[in-house]
Amino acid sequence: MEQKLKTDFDKFISMSNFSNQEIKLKKEALDNFLKNGFPSRKLENWKFSDIKQIIKKNIGELKFYNDYNIKYEINDEIFIKEIEHNKIVIINGKVERLSFEYEESDKINLTTLENFNQNPNDDNSLLSLNNSFSNKIHNILVKKNYSFKKPLIIYQITNEKVSNTNINFQLKFDLEENSSIKIINLSDDNSEKNFINNLFNFNLGKNAILKNYKIDKKSNTNIKYDYSSITQKENSISETFIFSSGSDYKKNEVSCNLDGQYSSAFINGIHLLSKNKHHEIKTNTNHLYENTKSYQLIKSVIDDSSKSVYQGKIYVDSKAQKTDGYQLSKAVLLNEQAEFNAKPELEIYADDVKCSHGSASGSLDEDSIFYLMSRGLDKKTAKELLINGFLLDVVEKITDEEIKKLLKNMIGLN
Amino acid sequence: MRDKQIEDLKDYKYGFSTDIESFKAPKGLNEEVIRFISNIKKEPDWLLQWRLKAFERLKVLKEPDWQKPKYPKIDYQDLYYYSAPKSFKEKPKNLEDLDPKLLETYKKLGIPLQEQKRLNGIAVDAVFDSVSVATTFKDTLTKKGIIFCSISEAIQKHPDLVKKYLGSVIPITDHFFATLNSAVFTDGSFVYIPPNVKCPMELSTYFRINASDTGQFERTLIIADKGSYVSYLEGCTAPMRDENQLHAANVELIALDDAEIKYSTVQNWYPGDKDGKGGIYNFVTKRGLCKGKNSKISWTQVETGSAITWKYPSCILKGDNSIGEFYSIAITNNHQKADTGTKMIHLGKNTKSKIISKGISAGKSDMTYRGLVDISKNASNSTNYTQCDSLLMGNKCGAHTVPYIKNKNSNSNIAHEATTSKISEDQLHYCQQRGLNQEEAVGLIVNGFCKEVLQQLPMEFAVEAQKLVGISLEGSVG
Repeated sequence: MEQKLKTDFDKFISMSNFSNQEIKLKKEALDNFLKNGFPSRKLENWKFSDIKQIIKKNIGELKFYNDYNIKYEINDEIFIKEIEHNKIVIINGKVERLSFEYEESDKINLTTLENFNQNPNDDNSLLSLNNSFSNKIHNILVKKNYSFKKPLIIYQITNEKVSNTNINFQLKFDLEENSSIKIINLSDDNSEKNFINNLFNFNLGKNAILKNYKIDKKSNTNIKYDYSSITQKENSISETFIFSSGSDYKKNEVSCNLDGQYSSAFINGIHLLSKNKHHEIKTNTNHLYENTKSYQLIKSVIDDSSKSVYQGKIYVDSKAQKTDGYQLSKAVLLNEQAEFNAKPELEIYADDVKCSHGSASGSLDEDSIFYLMSRGLDKKTAKELLINGFLLDVVEKITDEEIKKLLKNMIGLN
Repeated sequence: MRDKQIEDLKDYKYGFSTDIESFKAPKGLNEEVIRFISNIKKEPDWLLQWRLKAFERLKVLKEPDWQKPKYPKIDYQDLYYYSAPKSFKEKPKNLEDLDPKLLETYKKLGIPLQEQKRLNGIAVDAVFDSVSVATTFKDTLTKKGIIFCSISEAIQKHPDLVKKYLGSVIPITDHFFATLNSAVFTDGSFVYIPPNVKCPMELSTYFRINASDTGQFERTLIIADKGSYVSYLEGCTAPMRDENQLHAANVELIALDDAEIKYSTVQNWYPGDKDGKGGIYNFVTKRGLCKGKNSKISWTQVETGSAITWKYPSCILKGDNSIGEFYSIAITNNHQKADTGTKMIHLGKNTKSKIISKGISAGKSDMTYRGLVDISKNASNSTNYTQCDSLLMGNKCGAHTVPYIKNKNSNSNIAHEATTSKISEDQLHYCQQRGLNQEEAVGLIVNGFCKEVLQQLPMEFAVEAQKLVGISLEGSVG
């Protein structure tokens, strides 16, 4: 693999026009990845989902070179028609369109990054891989006091032109003081057996609001890792909603740094899995300042021989007094082959805090099924109704009414 | 009145060391030492081979390092692996033959053997350093067919039982510290309860580390045959010393069909001084196997001592309808560190487990609850309930919860809850308004916080434990 990485990297650099500084950073990132390789179960973070083995088993030999010089056609039919929205269209990791047609252009600053943050001590080797092979990184800055009028939908599309390939993609958002944005991140996969590695960075200034809805519904055989890093200043709010269902393997990792007082983070997620899928949600909520709040609700419905994993960590720094942290994960196992693993973790160094977590897993409640059947429903409908209600609880947490309606229809929960 | 009591108890009252000449094996860990231990204990050859096999295995094992509390590297070659009071070369036949100084030690510990024997009706098997001193109450137990003796004696007198069960729950291929124990264990307790016998009294061991530079490696083996019941108490103390001492014991419990074992521990090893100097490293492996159907194993622990406590008393629920329980109070103060919890491994059908853990950290200490609930594919209709609560006192300490939950069976239910908080101002205010001073108020609230676990302890221990809870938190408020 090492040789393949090196030759593909050289090819990638020669086919792109990066500055010397960028090439230097990319080389460093590659060295870092070469040193650590793909994470395996030996690392605590990857205990329940050994991505090294999963890639080996499902893909085998990976190609790391991805041609960003191809011009892809955008099929307008894929766009959501129910709501007016701004668009970013990404095809096979390449940004094909950035359109902010509903917004005031002087309130948004679009740039590409010359420099990216790379902590050489960071043990997450997938971030290094991303840094070394991702194309130019777009940075979207929302200026002070500006609120997006319409949501932004990020279409992440893959087509049949790529297979057995590693696609790395990065995007960065800066929200200045008092600004706000609503994002829907929609996956549309028409490719087979790729490893897709996404990294999203969000910097929230004072009073900024981020609403981020991530939808992975379409069934596909890709393996995905999706990392969102959110840093929050005073009074800012972040809301993350994850619907994870389509891909064969998906790990969503969300890191929230609550770095200003009265900032709050909400993470809600659904795993709806069937066949032989393996999905994980991993959260790191770091309370670094006084009077911060976090709330997490994760629900899984697991059928056939699928596997759902939730790893949630609340960290409370010794100066983060008056922290309020809450975590709840629930799972319903529908089949004997299904599996649910959880590790809800609390690491607390301050005494004046209110932190709790709960986790429950099991089968559907027989009494409830009986009740519904006694009202004339057949067993299948009764079960569906209960699952619907179980998951709806999470969808109802979405604070934007228009998007909630859209997503309910899209997911098929009513 | 209470102030005086506290003054008396404030310093580690078990921190005296007894001046008895001891008889030690040469320093270091090697085949010679293992042969020495085995030889001096007149062990049969199979056991020596078993020890050597464990030692072979130990050579390839690495010391684990995933735990939260880190400690300086232990030089295993710089320890004594065997230490016995010199006068023990000829083992005493009865209490009168014991070295009076030794008896004095036990008196200071609060377990005068004779008195204990008469008043409490508890049979005590006291382990002084590595050799079991004397075993009381043997007659009453013998009548019932109960075997309660040191493991060395059991090896001599009941080799079949020992051979059959030793290492059946903690095999020699286990983790580093368990394997180290298998190679060099010196003494410990052995209990066998015959079928359909309910042990008429609480069995009890008192551990004490005396000689400096010695690691204590006991091995306890408890077998409850079909339909029997036993309650076992373990208490631990150690003298005050500046250096750290290692304690790596193995405890194996086996419950056959319809049997029940209740194992209670009050651990009060020397925790080190206020600046975190000295103290015991308590790295113990405790594991129970519910081998038969309808069997039950229940662990109760009160952990207030040791510089570092690192242990996970576990239950393997193999028999159908078996039950595992874990009740724990862990208190850390000053510079103490604890990483403790349990593992409940559900293998049989209709198995149930319950975990109640209460962690209290004060001063500059650090406390971690780490637990595993694993329901395997075949364990249909199993349930687990876990509750772990942490209480923090001050903002220099830490409290962490790391539960691992694995559910592979759709007919089984797991429920887990955890909370972390501090003592509420309202509760404190209320108690103080009623005339309690702050420390008394805290003691009362903390005892209330721990009540669910304290209730599980046998009477004799509950009183001591309640006192310990209060003492351990001295000076942590205000």
